[in-house]
Amino acid sequence: MADYSETPRTIPRKSATFDDYTLSEIRRAAATGIYDIRGGGSKRRLPHFDDLVFLGASISRYALEGYREKCGTDIVLGDRFASKPLHLKIPITIAGMSFGALSAQAKEALGRGASAMGTSTTTGDGGMTPEERGQSRHLVYQYLPSRYGMNPDDLRKADAIEVVVSQGAKPGGGGMLLGQKITERVAGMRTLPVGVDQRSACRHPDWTGPDDLEIKLQELREITAWEKPIYVKIGAARPYYDTALSVKAGADVVVVDGMQGGTAATQEIFIEHVGIPTLAAVREAVRALQDLDMHRKVQLIVSGGIRNGADVAKALAMGADAVAIGTAALVALGDNDPALEEEYRKLGTTAGAYDAWHEGRDPAGISTQDPELSRRLDPVKAGHRLANYLAVMTLELQTLARANGKSHVRNLEPEDLAALTVEAAAMAGVPLAGTNWVPGRGPGAY
Amino acid sequence: MCGIVGLYLKTPDLEPELGRLTALMLHEMSSRGPDSAGFAVYGAANGVTKVSTLSRTGATDWKHLEHQLEHVLGADVAVETLSDHAIFSTTGNGQTARNWLIENAPDVSVLAVGSSIELFKGIGDPDAVAERLRLAGRTGTHAVAHTRMATESAVTTEGSHPFSTGADTCLVHNGSLSNHNRLRENLRKRGETFQTENDSEVAAGYLAWRMREGDTIEAAIEGALRDFDGFYTFAIGTRDGFAVVRDPIACKPAVIAETDDWVAMSSEFRAIARLPGVEHAEIWEPEPGRIYSWSHAA
Amino acid sequence: MTTTLANTGLDLATMDRRAVNQTLQEAERGDFTVLNPGGAHALACGLKSPIDVTIKGHAGYYCAGMNQEAAVTVEGNAGTGVAENMMSGTVRVTGDASQSAGATGHGGLLVIEGNTSARCGISMKGIDIVVGGSIGHMSAFMGQAGRLVVLGDAGADLGDSIYEARLYVRGKVASLGADCIEKEMQGEHRAELAELLARAGMDAGADEFRRYGSARKLYHFHIDNIGAY
Repeated sequence: MADYSETPRTIPRKSATFDDYTLSEIRRAAATGIYDIRGGGSKRRLPHFDDLVFLGASISRYALEGYREKCGTDIVLGDRFASKPLHLKIPITIAGMSFGALSAQAKEALGRGASAMGTSTTTGDGGMTPEERGQSRHLVYQYLPSRYGMNPDDLRKADAIEVVVSQGAKPGGGGMLLGQKITERVAGMRTLPVGVDQRSACRHPDWTGPDDLEIKLQELREITAWEKPIYVKIGAARPYYDTALSVKAGADVVVVDGMQGGTAATQEIFIEHVGIPTLAAVREAVRALQDLDMHRKVQLIVSGGIRNGADVAKALAMGADAVAIGTAALVALGDNDPALEEEYRKLGTTAGAYDAWHEGRDPAGISTQDPELSRRLDPVKAGHRLANYLAVMTLELQTLARANGKSHVRNLEPEDLAALTVEAAAMAGVPLAGTNWVPGRGPGAY
Repeated sequence: MCGIVGLYLKTPDLEPELGRLTALMLHEMSSRGPDSAGFAVYGAANGVTKVSTLSRTGATDWKHLEHQLEHVLGADVAVETLSDHAIFSTTGNGQTARNWLIENAPDVSVLAVGSSIELFKGIGDPDAVAERLRLAGRTGTHAVAHTRMATESAVTTEGSHPFSTGADTCLVHNGSLSNHNRLRENLRKRGETFQTENDSEVAAGYLAWRMREGDTIEAAIEGALRDFDGFYTFAIGTRDGFAVVRDPIACKPAVIAETDDWVAMSSEFRAIARLPGVEHAEIWEPEPGRIYSWSHAA
Repeated sequence: MTTTLANTGLDLATMDRRAVNQTLQEAERGDFTVLNPGGAHALACGLKSPIDVTIKGHAGYYCAGMNQEAAVTVEGNAGTGVAENMMSGTVRVTGDASQSAGATGHGGLLVIEGNTSARCGISMKGIDIVVGGSIGHMSAFMGQAGRLVVLGDAGADLGDSIYEARLYVRGKVASLGADCIEKEMQGEHRAELAELLARAGMDAGADEFRRYGSARKLYHFHIDNIGAY
């Protein structure tokens, strides 16, 4: 008989298609019969701003000296129709996140940090809290399909109004907040029974389509005496058409949120499989504005995976007027901090991977309604952390802008960039480094 | 997206006013659709077939086409031009003329064919388009018109509504279909030709196909309710009348008004508010998934 | 001592809508008549005080949107979203109303003497709506709070995904939406219904109505509800 004990075996090999995560998800689905829900944005590796670089100064282009030679960062948002546009000191704003998704302490911290740096925060799918209005020097009030907490007094207290059509994490999905976070206070603000799993509409209740949106914006302006800028926010789906239609419907500002944009809670399948990357969306949105001769006249705010001053600078170079941060702001406050690793282990996860925000057990006290946990977040300290982070992003932005010869960040342009990969070149419309080739287009075309 | 209007006259007294009233209604829909406009007017049938066309270049040699068509059809052809449009009148076969033009005259877009219909469209402010194409002075028994805010296709003259692929039948659409790309492919296999990427043109092609297969307009619309997906309010013109239908979810607006003298439909009441006798009109909103139609035919 | 102001006429044939709305929004008291509305949109929206406004003719979309305190009457029909997000006060339409009447309203009373089309009371959050005629499909969709009373019939999918709004219908209901069921009429329901009918000036007895509301089975995500999603 043959002896096989000495026969070499191949090494164990896992499947790239049926990888560990996929296997665990199939097991979870088989055990529960319900889809997986989580927070955050797309976690997949995607073509992003990291795949672009700035060219910098050279013999033909000269840099500005730091400090003495100023590099301006101020921005005006919403001067198309509003009598009181927003004047912000930096082109980095805090994206809409609800009280309900976040603790009151977190909302207060965001307001403190943003105000210290002269920028705005945005309410979310649950209405305006006195804490946030009290702390935020510039507050954008979201107008969503659910209309939770919507009322004319808050509309008039806001500095700007953001009509939310959809968000990057789920273009076509409505808000979601599970029972464990529908506390008495949250329920009261949203007119819901305490502890239910909130189902939200995915379309607005009283308008569908840009032709009816035009009429809705007229109403909002009539109610607020045409004072406040109106933003229209859309998740990145068909950003060229969506931007053009928002302009035609009368938006002062367009906000485009790519698939990396986070959410407090939605189906994992929505986050990863609907919506396009931010990099691809910016270019299309800017192109729509340029084709309508409305670039800079209707401002563009871009969000979804903005993490540092380089991302801000590149988004601006591609033609955005400003960016918004969500996930990054929460991390600055203390989300997913390794110092809490022991608690993350108890929740079955690890620092950097924690995304079960819908469960409301956040040890950092940010995405929770639990009074014990949310008390852990000191709004004053956390506000300082956010202000520090915004200051660093601004300094980074200015450093890169100066290196490209700009005395104001709004003068960054696509020709300051080169792409490191073919995908990024195609999506961003930026030539591959060392060439003048943009896949799909002729040389020099943008 | 769009504003749509339709006006159907029940009395011959108002026929000289058809264009003027349609222009008034169109004006009210400009803010819904600032990009472009179009209209179809159904006038008296006088034994000839009319082919409404549009020059894509603005430099089309209409006379030359007139002669070529005479040769192709083996019948008399006369052409009348207005701005970048031309209407060929012929005793020959309209579909043959249409197919030949699409095949052989790349600088021309065929807008409609029929014994009664004349169809015009243009880019820019709807009032300016209506004036340039002389809507206010037109007479007839019924009209449909459209103002456009382009959604997923470019703002081009050809992309404007109304769309017509079948004789005397045209359609204006407020909304957005979600399965038109596959429908277009299927209709091509069944002999329809399309000149744009527009979802509304697919809807018009579908109706034309069903009617070629022998359906009445009502049966064709029943088929559309089954086979189309998405959001739509349609106003449909036929040789003898017009029809209105909304999809079952019915998010896009529609209002209908009727007096002894006329029936009107619009995306917003304020277009109908301009019509004479509106104070006495019965006003209602069409139910989803239900076909409303009016006809002069016996 | 109070002074009764004479009725002030605001004519849209000669004034622009901003001027009309501004006058109404800034008034603290008084009676106003809006002439020649011609289906204009956002008329008398954002009112803040207990004034009386009569619109002589048909209103367009969002008439009396976000109303607070005021009493607005439309002597005609109203377009999409009449009294949308109303907080308090009264809005009455003598004719018919289009879609999404009283959408997301938090309070106050909306009376439609004629019919409404689809989505009457969609996402209602405390508003009371009384309809003399019939209502269209998907009415009271995601209705969270408040009362909807219908003397005529209701279209398909009434109360789909309803939370705690209470629905009373006298006529036929074409079909009920997900998680909406018929419920027993108790004394408290008859009393609240009678009070609403009286406030709306509608001649009908509480006994002629049936009550509908949430079965509360969709309040928590669960595999057994898969058919309803």
